[in-house]
Amino acid sequence: MTLFWEGLEQAARLVLSRDAEVFGITLLSLGVTGAATCLALLVGLPLGTALALARFPGRGLVIALVNTGMGLPPVVVGLLVSMLLWRAGPFGALELLYTPAAIVIAQFLIAAPVVTGLTLAAVQAIPDAFRLQMQALGASRVQLVAVLIREARLPLLAAVMAGFGAVISEVGASLMVGGNIRGHTRVLTTATVLETSKGNFDRALALSVILLALSFGVNWALTWLQQPRRR
Amino acid sequence: MTLGTAGLAAGLLGRPAAPQPGSRTVILSTTTSTQDSGLLEVLVPLFERQTGYTVKTIAVGTGQALALAARGEADVTLAHAPRLEQRYVAEGKMLNRRLVMYNDFVIVGPDADPAAIRGTPRAVDALRKVAGVGAGFVSRGDQSGTHVLERALWKEAGLEPARSWYVESGQGMGQTLQIADERRAYTITDRGTYLAFQRRLALVILVERDRPLLNVYAVLEVNPANGPRVNPQGGKAFADFMVAPGTQALIKTFGVDRYGQPLFVPIAGQSEAEW
Repeated sequence: MTLFWEGLEQAARLVLSRDAEVFGITLLSLGVTGAATCLALLVGLPLGTALALARFPGRGLVIALVNTGMGLPPVVVGLLVSMLLWRAGPFGALELLYTPAAIVIAQFLIAAPVVTGLTLAAVQAIPDAFRLQMQALGASRVQLVAVLIREARLPLLAAVMAGFGAVISEVGASLMVGGNIRGHTRVLTTATVLETSKGNFDRALALSVILLALSFGVNWALTWLQQPRRR
Repeated sequence: MTLGTAGLAAGLLGRPAAPQPGSRTVILSTTTSTQDSGLLEVLVPLFERQTGYTVKTIAVGTGQALALAARGEADVTLAHAPRLEQRYVAEGKMLNRRLVMYNDFVIVGPDADPAAIRGTPRAVDALRKVAGVGAGFVSRGDQSGTHVLERALWKEAGLEPARSWYVESGQGMGQTLQIADERRAYTITDRGTYLAFQRRLALVILVERDRPLLNVYAVLEVNPANGPRVNPQGGKAFADFMVAPGTQALIKTFGVDRYGQPLFVPIAGQSEAEW
């Protein structure tokens, strides 16, 4: 149990002393996951809404694929993205492997189906009567979508948090496509794995504490946005 | 050596790999235990300062490190699995294998030592005793350099360990040591990892210094024909750096301040036949 306290103590020390390496790792985690989540939202929110409202042949299959995508094993995504970005792979010329951009790509592919699937469910959950009412009141298609999104705000923000949560905690794909290179692609999760394998459990715990604090901070802000304010 | 030269010639005459005269990035594939020792954190920045190259160190299992190099996804490899490396050299995938250093493995186990192997001069005999009493043994089981060495010892002892007392962790050295500690079993570990974990373990060193327990590190250059975009100049620069006198001197003293003893013994330039 003393190990837990040592870990907490080290976390405090690393943060207060503004340890340059840990600071860099934390900033990189936030940057990479932030970018991946934003991209996932940019794609997932419209796609999920469109899937919820549109009717086309094969819609059921597409929805089943999206739902499967929510549970896509990150390590599989990592392997596939690696193979695409390898020097000998189709996108090798871009030299993206072992760069933060590669991690963003992999994390985007993990988060996007989560956001899409939950958005789809959130919009579908709005009763048909509401949509018909808006249309009866003369809402244009754009106005209708805007109003539906506001109506589904609670589960939609949950979708955002789920997408963020899926990738801030991700380690398998980040290790494979990033390479965990010091100063370049080492993020909080991959650094924790490294410190653990070296036996530096107190440092690994410290990094874990920082990661949890980071995740909590972001989610607190999103929860504040999500929850209705009682006046 | 002739096979290595043939590989080089084939590389030059064969598929025209696009040379990267301007590429300042070198991808070094190596093993997790090499990275865990902390040696590269000292050597790599020094190399970068001296040459201006940027090194991307990819630390994975030995099998993966060599497989990546064979596909041209790396420029140079630092590993410690001589037989596997020599196979890749024979196939022409890796070039110019050069010895760098060695560290050693030890057999550790519970202080109570049920198989009574303490002080046995030959590792093979110690393993025979372990098998004889069916005492617990934890293997890496992951095709790492450590695992390959362990399998070679069992083979030399003429034994195939029975599942009842032999388990494979499939994980890194640190985790494997902890599993062995929990189960009060024996295991083979490199001295460096044992020293790093020592205060957390009840395991003690029981067998050491036998010749087959020496763990030989070599640096190998990637054949440019292995894939597009290999950086052979960068790879060669790093390999040259690893065997350079200044680097070898650094290797000789690495670990003394932390463990009171050096972790590695530099052996660049020594006769291949010895190792």
